[in-house]
Amino acid sequence: MKRHWWKALGVFLIIISIVFGLLGEVQALPILNETIRVLYYHVPMWFSMVALMLGSLIFSILHLRQGSPKSDLIANEAAKTGFLLATLGLITGSIWARFTWGAFWVNDPKLNGTAVTMLIYLAYFVLRNSVEDPQKKGRLAGVYNIFAFVMMIVFIGILPRMTDSLHPGNGGNPGFNKYDLDSNMRPVFYSAVVGWILMGVWITNLRVRVKNLIANA
Amino acid sequence: MLKKFTALFTFCLVFADTILAQMPAVEMADELRASGKIYVVVLIMVIIFIGVVIYLINLDRKISKMEKNQK
Repeated sequence: MKRHWWKALGVFLIIISIVFGLLGEVQALPILNETIRVLYYHVPMWFSMVALMLGSLIFSILHLRQGSPKSDLIANEAAKTGFLLATLGLITGSIWARFTWGAFWVNDPKLNGTAVTMLIYLAYFVLRNSVEDPQKKGRLAGVYNIFAFVMMIVFIGILPRMTDSLHPGNGGNPGFNKYDLDSNMRPVFYSAVVGWILMGVWITNLRVRVKNLIANA
Repeated sequence: MLKKFTALFTFCLVFADTILAQMPAVEMADELRASGKIYVVVLIMVIIFIGVVIYLINLDRKISKMEKNQK
């Protein structure tokens, strides 16, 4: 049990975010109405995706420095989990957009930036599968992963903030004050973020162990 | 000068107050909560999430067992 405490913590934090996300007080804002609660579930997907991609980047750099195949494996699986979370974030964001902005997709720098980011990571998986030699694969994928992470920061972190965007937290100075996140909502939101990051790490951990089992069999 | 300022300030306050009063009340699911049935939704979402977690725990255990066998 001692080794598993972080998994339990992640589950506990997500349950907190489900219960208090639905029952807690939120601001009454026009257009948003009750959909403001989607913030507790949609935004953590992206936060945890970035966290997992950062983990993937770190293990890629470790692999490039030390050449251990294990760090390459972890980098790959973390990126896969991150991609899963990004897909969920994209779907939920699209539904949210339909009922607040009026369309499933709008030509917005934030939305197009996330689409480009996901394509960049798809290319990472394609690149991996196209190289047979494991050493070559690891090095190429590691170098590409550094590029992919930088592009992600540019496309979802910087470019949307340079122009105006429908998406909150963009256009001018970002920061959380723009989210209209009041003190009631903050703890629920942050527990969801930490909870989903831990959940993502757990899923990655399972995937890595399965791959290790297959490799050693 | 100071008097003018105070007058302007009071005017702004009164004006802001009337604007705020004219804003339509934002519709929230107050009734849903009042009737108590939102708890059903909370319960169902928590059950589904716990179901997924139990699945993950089982998977984790199975993998641990296989890792032990391999060693």
